[in-house]
Amino acid sequence: MHFAFTDEQGMIAETAKAFFAENATSERTRAAMADTGVDRALWQAFTGELGLAGVAIPEAMGGVGLGMVELAILAEEAGRHTAALPFLASLGLAAPAILAGGSEEQKARLLPKLASGELVASFAVASADGAPGATLGDDTLTGAALHVPHGAAADLFVVVATNGVAIVERGAPGLGSTPLTSMDQTRPYARLDFGGVAAEALADPRAAANAAFATGWLAIAADALGGAQACLDRTVAYAQERVQFGRAIGSFQAVKHRLADMMVAIEQARSAVYWAACAIDEGSDEAEFAVHAAKAFACDTYSHCAGEMIQLHGGIGFTWEHDAHLYFKRARSNASLLGTPDWHRERVAGLTGLDEAA
Amino acid sequence: MKLGFSPEEEAFRAEAAAWLAAELDGPFADVRGLTSLIASPERRRDWERRLGEAGWSCVGWPKAYGGRDATLAQQVIFAEEYARAGAPPRLNHIGIELAGPTILAFGTEEQKARFLPAIARGEEIWCQGFSEPGAGSDLANVRTKAWRDGDEWVIEGQKVWTSLAQFSDWIFAIARTEEGSKGPKGLSFLLVPVDQNGVTVRPIHQITGEAEFNETFFDGARTGAANILGAPGDGWQVAMGLLGFERGVSTLAQQMGFRNELDAVIDAARANGEAKNPLIRQRIAKAEIGLKLMRYGALRMLSDAEGGRLNPSALTYKIQWATWRRDLGELAMDVLGQAGETVAGHDYAFPALPNLFLYSRADTIYGGTNEIQRNIIAERALGLPREPRGDLK
Repeated sequence: MHFAFTDEQGMIAETAKAFFAENATSERTRAAMADTGVDRALWQAFTGELGLAGVAIPEAMGGVGLGMVELAILAEEAGRHTAALPFLASLGLAAPAILAGGSEEQKARLLPKLASGELVASFAVASADGAPGATLGDDTLTGAALHVPHGAAADLFVVVATNGVAIVERGAPGLGSTPLTSMDQTRPYARLDFGGVAAEALADPRAAANAAFATGWLAIAADALGGAQACLDRTVAYAQERVQFGRAIGSFQAVKHRLADMMVAIEQARSAVYWAACAIDEGSDEAEFAVHAAKAFACDTYSHCAGEMIQLHGGIGFTWEHDAHLYFKRARSNASLLGTPDWHRERVAGLTGLDEAA
Repeated sequence: MKLGFSPEEEAFRAEAAAWLAAELDGPFADVRGLTSLIASPERRRDWERRLGEAGWSCVGWPKAYGGRDATLAQQVIFAEEYARAGAPPRLNHIGIELAGPTILAFGTEEQKARFLPAIARGEEIWCQGFSEPGAGSDLANVRTKAWRDGDEWVIEGQKVWTSLAQFSDWIFAIARTEEGSKGPKGLSFLLVPVDQNGVTVRPIHQITGEAEFNETFFDGARTGAANILGAPGDGWQVAMGLLGFERGVSTLAQQMGFRNELDAVIDAARANGEAKNPLIRQRIAKAEIGLKLMRYGALRMLSDAEGGRLNPSALTYKIQWATWRRDLGELAMDVLGQAGETVAGHDYAFPALPNLFLYSRADTIYGGTNEIQRNIIAERALGLPREPRGDLK
């Protein structure tokens, strides 16, 4: 038992922290927001020069062969800057689905390209306002998926249909893709329509979906952790320099106490994220509980901290020019994506023995 | 990062669990499952001695002082097994968790040899004399005075909230030993025997109807000149070091107690149908998550400390658990409804869950209120400007 980073994990964290601080600047993120929500040059550098994109993909398939702790480290550091990258869609959702549910041939064909960044994938849970979303026929898919993250920028999609999980390629006849003006422009959604489009079923759909959800929930939670920490760090810095009534506003208890409460929540979110990452890596009985807990707690923490960031900055925090809204909007998106905090807590409630007979 | 335990550590767990089960099924069956901090003091004193004889009292201490030289992982395991076995609250928890570690860190070799084995063997019970009527959150405003008279210290003054003083043999107290000094300067950390004419302990009845806390009066109390930790005038530094020990392995044992309380709330909700109420389910899930995050937060804190660093996140632990437990008390009453507001008989003594609702109001006050905790976090962890100090003269 040693619940702290190993030296190697510490080095990955330092490397990623420096990489995103230098490259995922506000200026570049805003340029991507005005475009497709992907900073292509950043994605190339992340998947190419940094060489860590395939951190949770086996070495034999072009990855680095590490695990969920390392994946969470990268997601946290990217989240610290609301980096405009399809990291969640391609490496947090699509890649684990293919790794867990794909045939050997599918894995060997697709995973190296995801790890290298040559292909960007996304993940779609087909649904249409309560109506059954999509149905897999003989190598074809029919239906729709309403909110596909980075869907307009992806080259291929892993789609969870009512009766299977399948891969659909961009450009396949019968695939409609509609970019959606999205509140969070760093991870915009697209709507996909499947009109009998060619689809390649994954060998083990249950394993594919389970792995995608677990890894995706963890990656969102880690992104939320990094974002919440950035909200705190930036607001502390501002509270130290902003002077009103002849004092730094950070000297007022009304402000200090709110910043302290942010830290209390963030430290718990940090425990949640890395507990969940370890529990998945170690195959612990607690993994299911932990990942629901991490998704719920970290997303609530991020929402809280991003809201406090705006409030404690005052008027400047409400402007488009200031970065506070990037965090506020990513926090909102993280909370909704793949189950709200309430939904995840209800899963936890079901795991606590509440439903056993008295 | 690794959460699992090694086979050797699991073997240690089995050994500890077997010893605890044998004792608590056998000679100490009468105190098994006890949760009150003040019930059955004599039997719990016997239990302290039994733990000491078998080397299970202070497992993390050096063997030379009655400990077991247990590794961090072993200490975690023992704390978990202790609580899992339903062993009673440690009568000497202040000796084990506060006095002992402070003596270990700041004491001379003679002081360590004099006091530590007696704590480890369960022979001397300790309490803490910090707060005073005029020194609560502003702990440095201590008025209790002490001066040298020959080869003794003489102490005059009053302490308050001295929990378990009624069972204690020794009290550690901060007193002003430099006349005219103010604030954190001129204080000394003294070790004083309780059983003497100059010390009077008077119980304080609290909102639960019980009396765990006391007022302790020093009226010409005496202790040997050697019974001072650190040099005269260094009392504040020693006291601040001690407060760091409140965030040690013992937090994990405390959490196992919380586990039992949350289980009782879940049982109550299943019994009366509240388990189907979606709002109650959300709050129970929040409590479950909060409890796990305390455990993993403590393991992070301890793992970091093993490398010689005290992570600033340790500063968030007090407010976290205190607030969690206060919320649990409110949840318990919302689950129980009015049934929780009455009790059979004439004694004002409520069962565990309604008592938790009342008692947990103390958790966010003692050991530093939530408001003081927020100041500490903001100033020490986040580097925000310090509070201005008033000077009313």
